[in-house]
Amino acid sequence: MFQALIEPLQYGFMQRSLVVAVLVGLVCAIVGSYLLVQRMALLGDAISHSVMPGLAIAFILNLNIFVGAFVAGILSTLLIAWIRVRSPLKEDAAMGIVFSSFFALGITLITRIQKQNKIDLNHFLFGNILSVTPRDVIDTAIIVAIVLVVVVLLYKELLFYTFDPLGAQAAGLPVNLLNFGLMVLIALATVASMKVVGVILVLALLIIPGATAYLLVRRLYQVMALGSAIAIMASISGMYLSYFYDLPSGPAIVLVTAAGFTLALLFSPRYGIWVKSQNTALPALLQEIKQLLR
Amino acid sequence: MNYPREFAQSLPNLAATESSACAYLPPLRVAGLTVDYGEVTALQDIHLTLQPGRLSGIFGPNGAGKSTLVKAMLGLVSATGSVVWGDRPLTGQLDRVAYVPQRNQVDWLYPATVWDVVMMGRVRKTGLFRRFSATSRRVARAALDRVGIDHLRDRPIGELSGGQQQRVFLARALAQEADLFCFDEPFVGVDQKTQAVIFEVFQELTQAGKLVLVVNHDLGESITHFDDLILLNTELVASGPRPWVLTQENLYRAYGGQVSFFRGAA
Repeated sequence: MFQALIEPLQYGFMQRSLVVAVLVGLVCAIVGSYLLVQRMALLGDAISHSVMPGLAIAFILNLNIFVGAFVAGILSTLLIAWIRVRSPLKEDAAMGIVFSSFFALGITLITRIQKQNKIDLNHFLFGNILSVTPRDVIDTAIIVAIVLVVVVLLYKELLFYTFDPLGAQAAGLPVNLLNFGLMVLIALATVASMKVVGVILVLALLIIPGATAYLLVRRLYQVMALGSAIAIMASISGMYLSYFYDLPSGPAIVLVTAAGFTLALLFSPRYGIWVKSQNTALPALLQEIKQLLR
Repeated sequence: MNYPREFAQSLPNLAATESSACAYLPPLRVAGLTVDYGEVTALQDIHLTLQPGRLSGIFGPNGAGKSTLVKAMLGLVSATGSVVWGDRPLTGQLDRVAYVPQRNQVDWLYPATVWDVVMMGRVRKTGLFRRFSATSRRVARAALDRVGIDHLRDRPIGELSGGQQQRVFLARALAQEADLFCFDEPFVGVDQKTQAVIFEVFQELTQAGKLVLVVNHDLGESITHFDDLILLNTELVASGPRPWVLTQENLYRAYGGQVSFFRGAA
């Protein structure tokens, strides 16, 4: 057993991808907690899809793709905010418009350039963790360090702002700056996650670990800490599953987090369906299904 | 409040509070405050003065712009006109303001404890990048104690009753050690005991010479707690001492048609 767990680690690519998967799980769980408590899960999806044209343009101009993706992600949030302020449309419509347009532009550009640049659209959409280079490991570590420092330094302000934005603004906190800071954090986490899960599944890493922890603990920092632990375990076990059973690694990681969430939903001490009704668990489950169908 | 000079002099208790409290805090002057939401005008050319040491209530029908008035004063919605406290705009002095939004405006399933929320009242005073001081913790404890929920300190806010949630907000406001307190509909969905506690705290604050502004809609007996009233219906109908504002004519102009209010109040 132990031998089997050690075996994949003799490959450099496996070491690198494990390190990156763990870092990405950590950073996504922490940043995603803010999306979760603000009920803005869709924004994570919007930003992750919007990085695509930035990637393509960075390739064309031969720039660092992390920087290109980051700029596109930030640009999309500014555009969403601008549409919301300047038109009678609500935020969800603005997000839908911006992220699908950016995504379409990104796919168009990448399709046009993928031959001469020897890149593969699928790697951006679904990740390609086995292609992680030592340089990527360093870039990811830097991003994670930045995010952690910002979250630690601004923890109390972000807690106040995400719980009660009006109260925070009335107390004189720089709420626009805090909001923009959150967008930057989300963009950074998305960019870091591209190689692990790809832009389409980033949302899962942002939301599911935090949501699982949310069912189990009751303070924001606990949601972040437990969410990170869950995400790290999911990243490691997902990578091993992918290695031993020849599964795509991004989806494998996401499926492990989803399984964890399902367990928490059933067995959480406070909300668990199974726990609430002790011996009558099966009838309780049937009851839930009946309620859904009503 | 805007009322004739001779009228102010005819109220001895008013003159007394003004002279004693004004020595410490200046009145707050609102001039020409107007809020437009696109095509709709939410507030039209509001002029009024808030006096320290008096409990001021904003009253009016639904959609009269009561909450908007407070938000516009604090710069939470964009408005034209001026709101001056002392010799400077109020928006430059928000560190001296405690604002409590309507209870349903925040998500009570947020993963936070009572303590977390009350400590939010200390965030501004603590400053960026710094940890809460022992003083801050002591102030927050005292605030919790004052509103009678110190025993709920470690409770998740999602497990509280409506009254307890409102007390958490009240404690947070007290923890801010502000000079101007603004409450938006603090009595909605709270129990009698909590309502009594809230009015007690308001009284302590006004006796300490603070400015206290409360958005309310209940014209019942509780209106007798208010010293000054601001009667609003997009435009300012009347503002000043309660007996002076609560006339049949003013109420008719604010509410239109039939309205009943507590008869002992006027």
